[in-house]
Amino acid sequence: MAITYTSGEQVEVYRFSIPATILIPLTAVFLQAWLPLRFPFFSIFDLPLLVTIGFATARRSPLAGLFTGGLIGILQDALTHQPIGLYGISKTVVGFGASSLGIKLDVENAGARFLLTIVFYVVHEVVYFMIARSLVGLRMAWSWPHELLSGVANAALGVLVFMLLDRLKQRT
Amino acid sequence: MDVLGRYRNLIVLVGVLFAQLLGLAVQVKRTTDSESTRLIRVWAVGAVSPFEKALVWAQTSSGNLWHNYFYLRGVRAENRSLKAQIEHMRLEQVRMSQDADQARRLQSLLAFKEQFISQTMAAQVIGGSGSELSRSVYIDKGYKDGIKADLAVITADGIVGKVLRVYRTSALVLLIDDQTSGVGAILDKTRLQGILRGTPSGEVVLEKVMSDEAVPPGELVLTSGGDGIFPKGLLVGKVTKATPGSELFLNIRVRPAADLSKLEEVLVVTRIDERQAEPDQTGAARAVDILAQRLPGVPPKPENAEKGAAAPATAATGTGSPEPASSGPGKTPARTTVTGSDAKPKALPPQASNSGAPGSPPGTTATATGINAVTVSPKPVKATAAPKPQPAVEDSPH
Repeated sequence: MAITYTSGEQVEVYRFSIPATILIPLTAVFLQAWLPLRFPFFSIFDLPLLVTIGFATARRSPLAGLFTGGLIGILQDALTHQPIGLYGISKTVVGFGASSLGIKLDVENAGARFLLTIVFYVVHEVVYFMIARSLVGLRMAWSWPHELLSGVANAALGVLVFMLLDRLKQRT
Repeated sequence: MDVLGRYRNLIVLVGVLFAQLLGLAVQVKRTTDSESTRLIRVWAVGAVSPFEKALVWAQTSSGNLWHNYFYLRGVRAENRSLKAQIEHMRLEQVRMSQDADQARRLQSLLAFKEQFISQTMAAQVIGGSGSELSRSVYIDKGYKDGIKADLAVITADGIVGKVLRVYRTSALVLLIDDQTSGVGAILDKTRLQGILRGTPSGEVVLEKVMSDEAVPPGELVLTSGGDGIFPKGLLVGKVTKATPGSELFLNIRVRPAADLSKLEEVLVVTRIDERQAEPDQTGAARAVDILAQRLPGVPPKPENAEKGAAAPATAATGTGSPEPASSGPGKTPARTTVTGSDAKPKALPPQASNSGAPGSPPGTTATATGINAVTVSPKPVKATAAPKPQPAVEDSPH
């Protein structure tokens, strides 16, 4: 449960194979587009965000994290009718933050991952809200209970997603 | 140099964010869909939609296998019940066609132009946008199938949305509950007009109705035709709540008639015809005529006996070419066959519209069985002769 401080030498850095790097984000975006049609409650989850956090914390490279987050976000944006960049910017920030934190903290245990996901979910929503409202001019209402509840739901799913990603990552 | 190396990650982050913000600002400023983002969208949709189509196909196939082969209990009883229902509805149709004909006569006096859905295309919903702030779905038909932007999308229950972006084999449909959508709407009884919009939470509201008007809950909301996308008279939904809002307008909440969260199949309205109403020249068919078809008839008279009192019966076709009705032994002296490509359903009931390419329209009855077929068409049908359909007087297989 505890988030332990570790030195840069102590944390392990992982990488993913090229097929996994391409197919996992694609699958996440596809499921995010398809599942809410069949199961409307699924719209509370953000699978591409969980994959972004999972990749970023495993690789522990801020540059890889921000580019992975940015690309996943742009892919997600491209399926909506909103301007491209809303999810792109939000996930760029999350990818950078998660990988930067991954260098400093040991985020291998489930409790740490749970808390990390809640925090980055809220960060993602705040960035998205600000850009959508101020730059794009969308009408949006902020609700803390809704965001926190969604954060907890995403964190619970995130723990499972990270366990799946653990099986696919390779030690460098 | 050392500072640059130390803050390299941060500098790259700022650069990437700045580039995306710039791109976003350019898109917001442009009112039309720019070509640069279109390429990204085409790639993204091209990467995702094949998986969506495959999944939908697998789901539909397994469902069809179950429903068409294994789960056939009660089909016979259902068939009997449906046949009885059809008979009942045919009689009902006669009554309604008389009303419609009266309305057409009045409309023609006013030179009133009606809009008709003359062609629709069935499409399957294959995916969504994956975002709560973009209430839209993807359908499995694209410009390869003749889909264009700004076409209306409906279901049998009510309107769904409009086609926003078109790709080769898929298209993005903006739903009516999205906050960027807008539909011209009219209240059924009070005839008050407004604009139907979505809210960020996914509700649908009717805006721009003055607060001094009374709108009772339960009142139906129909399309007004003012948006140039949806033809007039399609069902939108029902008023659930009307409260005084800000700026002298009512805050009217509407529950859409179509279940937008569980869309599977939709109809894309690919052609809308506008024409002036014409009164029915053939005269309305009577309920007794319909009933007469079902009764055992009198055997046909010998041909030479007919010649004396030969009333030239003519088949009224859509092209208007007359032809003799009695062309051989065993044929009835007066056959009125009403066919024609212009006999198409009106816009109001979406379930009555053609699905796919325009084929034989509903409301026309085939005469392959050799009995007199009196067709009750919901649309005006021109006839060149024999203005009144004759009751059946020969053996009927019924």
